[in-house]
Amino acid sequence: MSTTTIGDIVRGDAEIFPPYLYEAYRSTIKRAPTRTLVEVPLTLSELTGPGPTISAVTPDDADLTRNAGTGGEAMGQRIIVTGRVLDASGAPVAKTLVEVWQANAAGRYIHRRDQWPAPLDPNFLGIGRCHTNEKGEYRFLTVMPGAYPWRNHENAWRPAHIHFSLFGNSWASRLVTQMYFAGDALLPLDPIFNSAPTERARAAMIASYAHDVTEPEWALGWRWDIVLDGPDATTFEPPRLGSDTVVSDPLARSEPAVIPSERSESRDPHQ
Amino acid sequence: MTHLPLTPSQTVGPFFHDAMMREDARCDVLVSDSTEGTHIRIAGRVLDGDGAGVPDAVLEIWQANRHGRYNHPADNRDLPLDPAFTGYGRIATQHDGKFCFTTIKPGAVPFDRRRVQAPHISLAVLGRGLLNHLYTRIYFDDEQLTAADPVLQRITPDRRPTLIARRDANESGREKVYRIDIVLQGAGETVFFEIASR
Repeated sequence: MSTTTIGDIVRGDAEIFPPYLYEAYRSTIKRAPTRTLVEVPLTLSELTGPGPTISAVTPDDADLTRNAGTGGEAMGQRIIVTGRVLDASGAPVAKTLVEVWQANAAGRYIHRRDQWPAPLDPNFLGIGRCHTNEKGEYRFLTVMPGAYPWRNHENAWRPAHIHFSLFGNSWASRLVTQMYFAGDALLPLDPIFNSAPTERARAAMIASYAHDVTEPEWALGWRWDIVLDGPDATTFEPPRLGSDTVVSDPLARSEPAVIPSERSESRDPHQ
Repeated sequence: MTHLPLTPSQTVGPFFHDAMMREDARCDVLVSDSTEGTHIRIAGRVLDGDGAGVPDAVLEIWQANRHGRYNHPADNRDLPLDPAFTGYGRIATQHDGKFCFTTIKPGAVPFDRRRVQAPHISLAVLGRGLLNHLYTRIYFDDEQLTAADPVLQRITPDRRPTLIARRDANESGREKVYRIDIVLQGAGETVFFEIASR
């Protein structure tokens, strides 16, 4: 990246987390806070969080090649994306919700604000979710996302990526990030990827090709581990025994996702 | 204790709605008729440095129930859980930056062994152009404990009002209505937090 103005307000480790102001990514210019963050201690409000209770997942949700529910299979290079979710001490974050979304093989999202002239795939929603298992492992079957143009600067293209959203054990462990693919020639040109301040930080967002994950005659494998902030898992006591109160799951209503049929809005989302 | 390098944050981008706001994944109404407590509606706008509404932000909220109990294993105090309330909500802003959610007024929760925190809702702001989410809180102007809240006390008095929702005198529905805007940048900028990591 050419030089850019970088703000000094960062939440979290400034060697790892992007600054709020990173001018090369133009959307930060009017949205970055300018006042120093106020430090708050870990109280019960931060030590707790929705992670352990939001759980609405079916096995089909992790198969993005078929979860459009059309009976057809998505077009593109089939890939398996798997890895572990860990806390900073290396302990697995078990049974936590992982949500993903991505462009299709041609680089187009089903989103109504994505209007560039690449084809939609009627068999691909580009959204998935799963739970980690007891070892903290997640696994998705999907197709390789395409790169796509955006209007941040002249001839700007986002490298192939998959958006990840994780809750972890506490409010302080919330993470929304993007996973990139090793060897992508667009990575050095992308201001969002390069907003992570160090080589080590950027490397932590790149999945590795994993031949041991690759399945013969089926799909190529990629591995990517995720390390969440927040208090270590050992901070948490198991739930009290004898409590028979079951709290309803806020994401439990299950209605099939549908591809939006009307795409009338043509707002430019990139400026 | 070894500490692994954390995974950096990246923006949620503009295309999150289908994944995060699909019909079964949105929860801007956190309550049902049987949820205990005072039902309230909180409404406002997310504004950028030009005072323009932010049309592609996500607000996530987390709060205790009316008894001040969090629905989480780390809160093992002997207080009732409400089977009709989880405490989590996720709301996308509208084209003009407006947001709204319906919940209950939370109870007070402990700060440490001696002090109590005023009723509050934890808020995370995500959006296109936000490379890392922002943490803040929503307090209430009609709660006696608000003035002495130990987290608000860490903020200079002139900036505390940015975290305090004001009761709307013109409310007409069945819930109490509170107003608060989230100002990302500039005059009246909302106070955002750095949460101690351990």
